[in-house]
Amino acid sequence: MNEVVELSRLQFGATALFHFLFVPLTLGLSWILFICEATYVMTGQQIYKDMTKFWGKLFGINFAMGVTTGITLEFQFGTNWAYYSHYVGDIFGVPLAIEGLMAFFLESTFVGLFFFGWERLSKLQHLMATFLVAVGSNLSALWILVANGWMQNPIGADFNYTTMRMELSSMADVFFNPVAQVKFVHTVAAGYVTASMFVLGISAYYLLKARDVNFALRSFAIAASFGLASILSVILLGDESGYTAGEVQQVKLAAIESEWETQPAPASFTLFGIPNQAEERTDYAVKIPYALGIIATRSLDKEVKGLKELRLEHEAKIRDGMIAYGALLQLKAGENTAEVRSLFDAHKVNLGYGLLLKKYTANVTDATEAQIKQAAQDTIPQVAPLFWSFRIMVGLGFFFLFVFAAAFWFLSTKNLAPQRWLLWLCVFSIPLPWVAAEMGWIVAEYGRQPWTISGILPTHLSASQLDKSQLIFSMLGLLGIYSFLFVIEMYLMLKYIKLGPASLHTGRYHGETTIEQGANNHV
Amino acid sequence: MFDYETLKFIWWILIGALFVGFIVTDGFDFGVGALLPIVAKTDEERRVAINTIGATWEGNQVWLVTAGGALFAAWPLIYAASFSVLYIPLMLVLFALFFRPVGFDYRSKENNPQWRQAWDYALCFSGVIPAILFGVAVGNLFIGLPFQFDDNMMVSYTGHFVDLLNPFALFCGVVSLSMIVLHGASYLHLRTEGQVAERARRVAIITGLSTAILFSLGGLFVAQLKGYHISSIPDVNTPLSPLMKTVDRSQGSWLTFLHVYPVLWLVPLTGILGALFSSFAAYQKWTGFAFISSAKTSAAIVATAGVALFPFVLPSSSHPQSSLTIWDATSSYLTLEIMLGVVLVFLPIVLGYTAWVYYMMRGKISEQTIRDNQHGLY
Repeated sequence: MNEVVELSRLQFGATALFHFLFVPLTLGLSWILFICEATYVMTGQQIYKDMTKFWGKLFGINFAMGVTTGITLEFQFGTNWAYYSHYVGDIFGVPLAIEGLMAFFLESTFVGLFFFGWERLSKLQHLMATFLVAVGSNLSALWILVANGWMQNPIGADFNYTTMRMELSSMADVFFNPVAQVKFVHTVAAGYVTASMFVLGISAYYLLKARDVNFALRSFAIAASFGLASILSVILLGDESGYTAGEVQQVKLAAIESEWETQPAPASFTLFGIPNQAEERTDYAVKIPYALGIIATRSLDKEVKGLKELRLEHEAKIRDGMIAYGALLQLKAGENTAEVRSLFDAHKVNLGYGLLLKKYTANVTDATEAQIKQAAQDTIPQVAPLFWSFRIMVGLGFFFLFVFAAAFWFLSTKNLAPQRWLLWLCVFSIPLPWVAAEMGWIVAEYGRQPWTISGILPTHLSASQLDKSQLIFSMLGLLGIYSFLFVIEMYLMLKYIKLGPASLHTGRYHGETTIEQGANNHV
Repeated sequence: MFDYETLKFIWWILIGALFVGFIVTDGFDFGVGALLPIVAKTDEERRVAINTIGATWEGNQVWLVTAGGALFAAWPLIYAASFSVLYIPLMLVLFALFFRPVGFDYRSKENNPQWRQAWDYALCFSGVIPAILFGVAVGNLFIGLPFQFDDNMMVSYTGHFVDLLNPFALFCGVVSLSMIVLHGASYLHLRTEGQVAERARRVAIITGLSTAILFSLGGLFVAQLKGYHISSIPDVNTPLSPLMKTVDRSQGSWLTFLHVYPVLWLVPLTGILGALFSSFAAYQKWTGFAFISSAKTSAAIVATAGVALFPFVLPSSSHPQSSLTIWDATSSYLTLEIMLGVVLVFLPIVLGYTAWVYYMMRGKISEQTIRDNQHGLY
C-alpha cells in the first residue's frame, strides 16, 4: 500500500511540474499578445499585427501542451487520490468547477477566434477576443490557486461525522484565504516574468543576428517593460507574507530558513548555511539581523517559530487528535449522546493530527508514546531541499531584476546594440524563469508534506486503493507520451523561433523572397 | 431557497446537462477525428475536415472539463469512486485526449506528408478510443461495478480491467461510437462541400440507421438485466452516507422510472426517431435538419442512460449497499447551493458567447478556403 502512495505522489508531482512548464508562458504571453495587438489597433501599424501573429504562433505551440497536460491533473484527483476527493471534494471541488465554468470556457472559446478570427472579426472584436483569452487564463490561475491555497491553509470548512468528510462552511473564507490571494499574485506575476524573458531572449537573438531588427526591437521593448514591472511585483509582493497563516505554512517558513529554534522577534534571515537535519542545526550560517521577521510577519514584534517548537506543538495536537478520533469512533458506533458530541466538537480541529498515527497503528486511540513521537517527527520536513530550492528561486528572482533593469536602461538610453553581452545574457536566461517557477512549486508542495490538506488529511491516507500494476501502467503511459510530445514541442518551438516572423509568409521578413506566390494573407 | 432533496435533484439535472452539452458539442469533434481517414483522402481534404472544427473544438472540450469539475464539487464520492474504479479505461481516455490539442495545432506546422499522416492517425485514434470507452463505462454502470466502501468511506475495487470489457459494455461502446460518428458525419456534411461532404453524407445515412437499431437493441438488453432498486433509505432531505440504505436487485428494474412516468418514454424515443430522421435528412441533403437531429439523438441517448439509472449513478454489484445514488453521494447543502448560483450565472454567459463564436466562424469550408489561407489555418 505504501508503494502505491509513493508512486501516486511521484506521478502527481511529476505531472504537475510538467504541466507548469507550459502554464507560466500562457499566463504572461497572452498579455504580451494583447499589448502588441492593442498597439496595432491604436496605431494601425502593420508590424504590431505581425508581432501579435508571430508571438501568437509560439503561444499556440505552448498552449496545446498546456491543455494536454492540464486535463491529466483533473483526472488524477479522482483516479489516484480517491479518498482525498471524497474527504475534501465538498470544498476543493468548488473552485475547480468554477474554474471550468468561469475561466477555462472563456479562454478556450476565444483562443479559437484569436487564431482563426483575423479575417472574420473587426479589429476591435479581435482585440477583445485576445483580451478575453488573457483574462480567461489568468482567472483560471486564480481559481486553481484558491484550490491550492486551501490545501495549504484550509479555512472555511468543518468535519461532518455523518458523511465522514470535510464540508464547506464559508465560501468567502475559502476565496479570501490570505494564502490563496498572495499565491495568485505571486504565481501570475512569475508567469509574466517567464513570458517576458522568453520574448526578451528571442528578440535579443534576432538583434544579435541583425535580422528583423525593427520587429525585434519593438518586441524587446515590450518584454523589457512588462518584465521589469512583473519582476518588481514578484519580489515586492513575494509570497513570504503568506507563510504566517496556517500551520503547514509556518513549518515551511521555518524549514526554508533552516530555523530550528524559535528566535526572539524580529528574527534574523539566514542568507546562507548548510542545514544539518541529523543534529537539527544549521552549519556555517550567515545571518542578516531582523530581515526574516520583517519579511515574514511584516512587523518587528511577532516571533517566527522554529522547527523544534513546532514539533512540540504538533505532538500536543496529536494527543488531542487521539481524543477526537476516539469520540468519532463512539459517534459512528451509534453512541450519539450530547456528551460524546461535545467531546468531539471540542477536539475535532486536531482530528487530522490524530490521523497521522494511522501510518503506525490502525487503532489511533491506543498509540504508544513512541508512535506519537514518530508521528510528530513526520511533521518536520527534510530541510535541505526546501532551503536550497527557495534560495535558488530567490537568487534567480534578483538576477531577473538585474537583466530586465539593464535591458530597460540600455533600451531607454538608446544604447542597446553595443551591449552584446547583455543580449547574450538575455538569450541564455530564457530557461531560468522555468527553473525558478519549478523551485517555487517544490517549496510549496514538498514543504506541505506529510499532508495533502494541511493539518486535516495526511498524504498516506489520501491515495486510491489501487494495485501497483495500475500505477506502473499509468506511469509508463504518461512518461512515454509526455516525453514524446515534449520533444516534438521543443522541435517546433525552435523551428519557429529560427524562422522568426518569416513564418507568417508576409514576404516582409528575414530570409523571404519579396513576393511570395500564393500567400493571400497580406492585409 | 430549495430544500436539500430538491437541490439534490436539480444537481442530477445539471450534471446531466453538462454531459449532454459535452456530447452535443465535443461529440462531433470526436466524430470528425474518427472519420478523418474515411471522409478525407488528400491532405487538402483532411485540412478541410480539420478546419471545420479547428476554431471551436477547444471550447467544446471544456464541457468535459467542467462536467468533471462539477462531479468533483457536487458528487465527490461519485467522482472519487468512478475515477478510481475505472482507472485503466480512464487512463486510456486520457492518453487519447492528449493527442487532440497537439494533433490539431502541430499537424500543419510541418509540410512533410509523413508527419501530417502520423497526426491524422493520432487524431483518428483520439476520436475513436474515447467514443468507445465512454460507452463501455456507461454500459458497466448498468451492470454495476464490484466496489465497496469501508466505514471510513474509503473505496476499494475488487474487479479487474478485463471484467469491464464484458459483452454488454462492449455493445454500449459500439452504440456510443455509432452515435458519435453519426454526429461527426452530420456536422461535416453541414460544414463542407464536394467530395468530403458527399462521403460524410453516406456515413451519416448508414450510422443514422445503425444508431437507431443498436440503441433499440440496447434497450431490449437493459430490460433483461438485473437492475438495482432502493428498498429502504432514511429521509433524503438530510445529509446521508451511502451505507445507510439497502438495495435489492431484480430483472427489469432499470425501467422502473420509465414505467412510473410514461412521459419519459419520449426520451429514448427521441433518440431512436432522431437517428432515423438524421439518416433520412442526410439522404435528402437537408444538412441543417440532419445535424440538429443528430444533436438531439446524442442528447437523448445520454439522457436515456441517466433516466434509466435514476436515482443510481454508480451501482455496486458486489456490495449493492455501497451503490452511489443522487441522494447519498452528493455534497453538502451549502456547496450545492453555491454551485447552483454559479451555474445559473455563468452557464447562460458561456452559452451566449459560444453561440456568438459559432456565428462568427459560420459557413462552409472548402478546398478553396484552404488554398486561400495556406498559412493561417490548421
